[in-house]
Amino acid sequence: MTPQLVVFFVLAALAVIGAASLILQKHPIHSALSLIVVMVALAGLYLLMGAEFVAAVQIIVYGGAIMVLFVFVIMLLNAGVEEHTSISKMAGPPGLLLVVALAGFIAATIARSTESVQTASQTGAMASTKGISNMLFKDFVYPFELTSFLILVAILGATVLAQREKH
Amino acid sequence: MTSFLSSNAELIITIVKIVILLFIVLTVNAYLTWFERKVVAHMQSRWGPHRVGPHGLLQPLADGLKFLFKEDPTPAGVDKFVYYLAPLLALALALTSIAIIPFGPDPIRLFGHDIYLGIAPPDLNMGILALFAITALGVYGIALAGWSSNSKYPLLGGLRSSAQMISYELALTMSVVGVLLLAGSFNLKEIIAAQGKHPERGILGWNVWPQILGFICFFIAAVAETNRVPFDLPEAESELVAGFHTEYSSFKFAMFFIAEYTSMITVSCLCSIMFFGGWLSPFPASWTFTHYLPSAILIPFGLWVIWDGIRYETIFGKIILPGAGTVIAALGALFILFPDVNEFIQGPFWLLSKIFVFLFVYVWMRGTLPRFRYDQLMAFGWKLLLPVSIVNVILTSFAILRWSPQ
Repeated sequence: MTPQLVVFFVLAALAVIGAASLILQKHPIHSALSLIVVMVALAGLYLLMGAEFVAAVQIIVYGGAIMVLFVFVIMLLNAGVEEHTSISKMAGPPGLLLVVALAGFIAATIARSTESVQTASQTGAMASTKGISNMLFKDFVYPFELTSFLILVAILGATVLAQREKH
Repeated sequence: MTSFLSSNAELIITIVKIVILLFIVLTVNAYLTWFERKVVAHMQSRWGPHRVGPHGLLQPLADGLKFLFKEDPTPAGVDKFVYYLAPLLALALALTSIAIIPFGPDPIRLFGHDIYLGIAPPDLNMGILALFAITALGVYGIALAGWSSNSKYPLLGGLRSSAQMISYELALTMSVVGVLLLAGSFNLKEIIAAQGKHPERGILGWNVWPQILGFICFFIAAVAETNRVPFDLPEAESELVAGFHTEYSSFKFAMFFIAEYTSMITVSCLCSIMFFGGWLSPFPASWTFTHYLPSAILIPFGLWVIWDGIRYETIFGKIILPGAGTVIAALGALFILFPDVNEFIQGPFWLLSKIFVFLFVYVWMRGTLPRFRYDQLMAFGWKLLLPVSIVNVILTSFAILRWSPQ
């Protein structure tokens, strides 16, 4: 076991436990905290693969900004403990079926892949940042700009909806 | 035993460095509270702490003991897990961010290993990104403390703090983009090296001149991120009792306190490194006589401390102050006698001096400025700071395109 492998399993276990806890926790804040653990563990996995920029952005954007907003809204609404109803008859059997199908699909894909799992070579943040920016602003510049336009429209829409009561 | 030592040398060196840095940071934290109380007191024509030890120098020790031995009640109805997690999170994240700061350019050679000052390896390419990632998580300590206390004032404080930190994080991140563009790197060491490209320019080569807008935005946003005056709305005592830490006492309160002061140190380090040349001397490289500046400061200061101690009537002052003064003056003399040592301490000396100046500015602001109103705070962050920092990014990009060597 190389140290990298040990770190990988620790982070992977953290991510899986966090994800399970996200669903099982009764209080929304605890669920949000579990999701933060998942985000940070994922960032650690990216870091392990040498994707320093993506790891940092994962924590800054998902772990920081987005999850802070989640926590903020939960605090603001003062959401209490969820009530668990008995599991829906419609959702139960199809859900289980889907879980089995998805797990089987992933297991089959892993089993069929002949290459062993590899970690990317260490390239350094600036190198990978250069690569990412070249892709974003050269190869995929139109989809990228379209996405930002879409986000702008969404922001404007949210502002209009929030201001509607005044008129 | 020796094989274990040699095969795990890097690990052992890192652990020793962590322990030493932790000790230094916590001591500096303690004396920062003393410094702050003294300076603010003198600004308000008071004496400040002066009863415990000479000049009140043992006050931090007394405060520490008080924090340890106070009763530590857990209020009824708190969310226990989150209530205990919040101060731990705040402290752990604040201390982690210090680990990324490099404190000197050259390694010390000890037992055949190059030991750099600072915990993170010197070629850490994501330095500034990692710092922002840690800052981004820092808000949880405060927000969760406010929420889990099951009390209305902490909840309001926590909400305010989350909103404030989200708003100012944008300006904070945007304002350093100019520096990153100039340096072409996220590596803190390379950012400093980029400012020292022309050793003859000295202070004129620092980023603060081309990036004056960025620096102003960064410093204001950073003060807001550390929840200090004039942005200390999360703990505005006239409105919110003590804000998010109202329900915390004893050492759990001390943990928030240490976290706040540690982030002050981190922000001072960042300001010095990114805008004020880090460990570079403000003088042109040819002025070698300025290398004796550390000694020129340390020796008179040590002699003054000896003279000051002898005046004391208590045995305590008579022994401690002259003793400390002798050590300080001897250190100054040592730097003159050993040119190698003197060369080595130049970098750390300038970096620490700059950090000290920024810490003083923090305290100065606390003694001077009134607190923002909440709507003013939000308007200032979104309508002024963010646009200005974006304009700074655009201006810098154009300037680099127009005048860059390529």
